[in-house]
Amino acid sequence: MGLSKVWVFGEAADGKVATITLEILAKARELSDDVTVIYGGGDAPAIAATLGAHGATSVLATGDLGGGLLGVAVASALAAVIAAGDGPAAILLGTTQDGRDVAGRLSVKIDAPVITNVVDLELAGDKIVGTEPVFGGVTNVKTTFTTDKPQIVLVRPKSFAAEPSGGAPAAVGVLAVPDLGATGGAKVTSRFVEEATGPKLDEAAVVVSGGRGLGESGNYALIETLAKLLKAAPGASRAIVDAGWVPYSYQVGQTGKVVKPSVYLAAGISGATQHLVGMKGSKNIIAINKDGEAPIFGVADLGIVGDVHKVLPKLIEALQARG
Amino acid sequence: MPEGAPDLGTMNVVVCVKQIPDPADPGALDPTTKTLKRDGKLILDESDSYGVEMALQLVAAAGGGEVSLVSMAPNNEVSGIRTALAMGAASAILVSDPALKGTDALGTAKVLAAAIARKSPDLVIAATESSDGYTGTVPAQIAEILGLPSVTFAKSVAIEGGVAKVQRQTEAGYDEVECPLPALVSVTAGVVEPRYPSFKGIMAAKSKPVDMLTVADLGIDAGRVGWAGGGQEIVDIVAAPARQAGEKFEDDGTAHERIIAFLENLKIL
Repeated sequence: MGLSKVWVFGEAADGKVATITLEILAKARELSDDVTVIYGGGDAPAIAATLGAHGATSVLATGDLGGGLLGVAVASALAAVIAAGDGPAAILLGTTQDGRDVAGRLSVKIDAPVITNVVDLELAGDKIVGTEPVFGGVTNVKTTFTTDKPQIVLVRPKSFAAEPSGGAPAAVGVLAVPDLGATGGAKVTSRFVEEATGPKLDEAAVVVSGGRGLGESGNYALIETLAKLLKAAPGASRAIVDAGWVPYSYQVGQTGKVVKPSVYLAAGISGATQHLVGMKGSKNIIAINKDGEAPIFGVADLGIVGDVHKVLPKLIEALQARG
Repeated sequence: MPEGAPDLGTMNVVVCVKQIPDPADPGALDPTTKTLKRDGKLILDESDSYGVEMALQLVAAAGGGEVSLVSMAPNNEVSGIRTALAMGAASAILVSDPALKGTDALGTAKVLAAAIARKSPDLVIAATESSDGYTGTVPAQIAEILGLPSVTFAKSVAIEGGVAKVQRQTEAGYDEVECPLPALVSVTAGVVEPRYPSFKGIMAAKSKPVDMLTVADLGIDAGRVGWAGGGQEIVDIVAAPARQAGEKFEDDGTAHERIIAFLENLKIL
């Protein structure tokens, strides 16, 4: 059983493989003995050992794209390989900016569907069945493919546990990018990294998030102070990201980061489905909200019906007193 | 200037808009047809209001041109489109056809791309994802079908000399991207502050042209859209394991002590 060949879209920054790629590799190596990572970039040799240790047999890399956007280049290169008859049974990608670009462009090029937002997948014969949560995660839909084309699947972060399998470094090969014509017109002219201190949002053991209930942007300082005291990552609901209080990188939810910390503290967040999808996998949830009917209490292990402007300062003071 | 770039001083933008069930009343999947039940009135997806606003601002900055809309919806539904017209868009194409029931993201992109092609715009704007389906692949699919370059996840867009200058969100921060027109850009929520339609705008929207088209009008084979054209099928719909709510307290001034005890119990403190 299993699939003859699986491609995994690999992502990395500064020579470090993205967690989502390692998560997908853990699942991909269950599906097939032949797992190739597809990589858009020039530093494939630097990540080949890590990819191999997580189950990749080889990595096909485009080489440096010279500022060209990754999605269209990788999709065009893959379409050429598929057209030449060397396509895989399935292509797994993370639900990321570039992953979605690659999946979307490739689906058109090979006229094949994409199964999206998958949190689990299994095989039925040689067909992938993907599980996708809808309506904020209260219902799961299982979808499968009815064509014989390569099965394109977008996997949500934190769906599988990243674990090394102890393989040898992946063999590095070349993925040739054809002439992109007009579609390759977009170029990156500079890159900006938003410096964040403390633990990363999607890796922290404790996350403290704030929402509209904080009242005004200045009050987000309460969240940052509390996060520092608990060695936690500060997070945010979409509402206050849209309002410009904090950068997008703070956002927890469907459109932001998916987090599964030991403890998630939601302060002044009502719990819109878009937020719940991103945090309800947390082991323990504490919610503080003045509306006792807020949906966030439906998932909270400890729910405090109260005013964040009163509870948070007292909590901060008590933690500071402990030293 | 690249071929197809706008004449100085005019800018034609097409915005893809989705009309969705009110998220406050999200509805359900029909267990028989396995499609989203769409009984109630549809509204403009809030995610699309940002794209409409962005388009209006870019056309104003260019000093002329037009914002038009394309949408696909069942039953000739226009209530959400009227909201975007009331904001200031000039016209719309609505594709509505019973053959579209069950159409997936790729089929949607084929339909929208065919409608967009009728307008030959300088710029196509879409949201990064819809609020109800959130596949997030349609913008890249439309760009590929139309042979356009695309910049997805834009948090800022400006047009200078026939080139879109875009700040594109990344995992670590953002990239500055330059892209010659014509092009497609997908914008994030919050990229601009959508205006509220004025009373005058609402009245004017009632008489703005909405072109009603079928799949055949667009020259698309009905067999390539809908359930049959999708290449995928839903095999099961199951309730997700529910998370149990725990204890809930009214704050009596000692809530912080309960939180500290909870964290101590978990050995976080």
